Amino acid sequence: MSLKKYIEIIGDMVPQKSRILDLGCGDGLFLEYLIKERNCSGYGIELDDANVLACIKRGVNVLQLNLEEGLNLFEDQSFDVVLQIDTLQNIKNAETMLTETTRVGKVGLVTFPNFAHWPNRLSVLKGRMPVTKHLPFQWYDTPNIRVATFDDFYNLARKKKLKVIEAFGLQNENKIKYFKNLMASKAVFKVTNL
Amino acid sequence: MILIAQTEKMFFDTPLGMQSGAMLANYELAYETYGELNEQKSNAVLICHALNASHHVSGVYEGQEGSEGWWSNMIGPDKPVDTNHFFVICINNLGSCFGSTGPMHINPQTHEKYGSDFPVVTVEDWVQSQERLISRLGINSLLAVMGGSLGGMQVLSWTLQYPEKVKNAIVIASAPNLNAENIAFNEVARRAIVTDPDFHDGNYYKHGVVPKRGLKIARMIGHITYLSDDVMNTKFGRTLKRDVQNKHEIKDQKYLYTTQNIEFEIESYLRYQGDKFSEYFDANTYLLITRALDYFDPAKNYNGNLSEAFKETKAKFLIISFTTDWRFSSDRSQELVKALLDNERQVTYLNISAPNGHDAFLLDDQRYMSAIRNYFMQIK
Repeated sequence: MSLKKYIEIIGDMVPQKSRILDLGCGDGLFLEYLIKERNCSGYGIELDDANVLACIKRGVNVLQLNLEEGLNLFEDQSFDVVLQIDTLQNIKNAETMLTETTRVGKVGLVTFPNFAHWPNRLSVLKGRMPVTKHLPFQWYDTPNIRVATFDDFYNLARKKKLKVIEAFGLQNENKIKYFKNLMASKAVFKVTNL
Repeated sequence: MILIAQTEKMFFDTPLGMQSGAMLANYELAYETYGELNEQKSNAVLICHALNASHHVSGVYEGQEGSEGWWSNMIGPDKPVDTNHFFVICINNLGSCFGSTGPMHINPQTHEKYGSDFPVVTVEDWVQSQERLISRLGINSLLAVMGGSLGGMQVLSWTLQYPEKVKNAIVIASAPNLNAENIAFNEVARRAIVTDPDFHDGNYYKHGVVPKRGLKIARMIGHITYLSDDVMNTKFGRTLKRDVQNKHEIKDQKYLYTTQNIEFEIESYLRYQGDKFSEYFDANTYLLITRALDYFDPAKNYNGNLSEAFKETKAKFLIISFTTDWRFSSDRSQELVKALLDNERQVTYLNISAPNGHDAFLLDDQRYMSAIRNYFMQIK
């Protein structure tokens, strides 16, 4: 799946003119897209120095904060959409982060690599941790410290009493609606606690 | 390319009403500019200076070796704030001892030097006087106002007093006000000066003396708070100035230990900094400027609610803090960020993990310099 297509698919889920907070915004590419193409406004949060600089170069608002310390600078429901695009798997306290996401945002948009995608299962069945296009790291140097499956996230959302507004898988630019846990390399969730 | 700096002066005979209730009948401001103001007058950048600095931000004075401006690494041709593109202005604050009207100048009412009669100046007073100078240069709107530490407080004050006139506010290693610990450091410095027998209630000019001892101690205290624990240990550690075997000669006897002489490197460094400072800085100015720091508190009129205070701002903000700065800590900068977020203002915030404490805002750090450079490229 091309980055461009990925951005378009996720971007379509963000209403026009939304006020957004992008947790772990990386180089600010998606934030810039939402500002330019969907007339959104808001901020990205990023810790890495090089990424912060990339955001400044794009002219998007970036806040250099550590997500592990929570979102205490932000008021309840102060954003239309809080984005966690491929951030969840890098956060130690993923549960707290999800709580914070739906506290600060009216809607939370979460994507992460689905660990239960069949090639991963096959790899584990063969006795080895998966190293694939979507999970390209070796077990000993991966930044993905929280590996989860589509169904795992459903369970967490239920436990947190969050409403899942929309959920689908992504595989080769296609939205996967059925057997998502098996057939999709990427999980996409739109949640709210309202 | 060598930038040649030239100090200019502007005289104002419109009285300046000050926050304290005092009135300054007339005054002069020393300032420097670098680069060219464009035809639309849209490329002006104002730099606000901190406690012991001056309007001499960049460049050198013709024929004067070692006369580089205090922020030459940041401002100048091809520097992060590139004077090939921007018209940079820096004004010496009122009450300072580097050219603008201050305590060592003649009070037109008494025909004697102001001394301790010089009215207490506040950050707001400075900004008001700066605005007059900017207006007289024909500039209606500043592309950016930028400053570190006390300079950052002036930037904040600009966005509150003249929200229409500031497009970008760059606030570095600063705070929305001083905490009690910070005021305490200032007070120790002031007591050192005021209790110096050469102070003469601030009228030492008449006596032909300078309260150097007080100034030295004030500066030593300041320096301790500008550095981080780590940097002090790395730079000086427990290193002795003398060979351990050397003995001190006291009353014709030689002993290993001493209470009076310099023993450790850090003592030598602090005394050197203190001595140097006492040669050029004015004691009354030190009292005035530390007081301006103490009094600054824009949230005061809003029951301490900074978010309410910031409702008036219109500028886009770049806030920068340094992780090892304990005099103006990252938390204080994040208070500013919070107040801006509450008002849905445009803000970018950097918390740079530099080792150098408060001093970091004056030093070269590639991340810091690149951030400023690229921010300015964006707003150009």
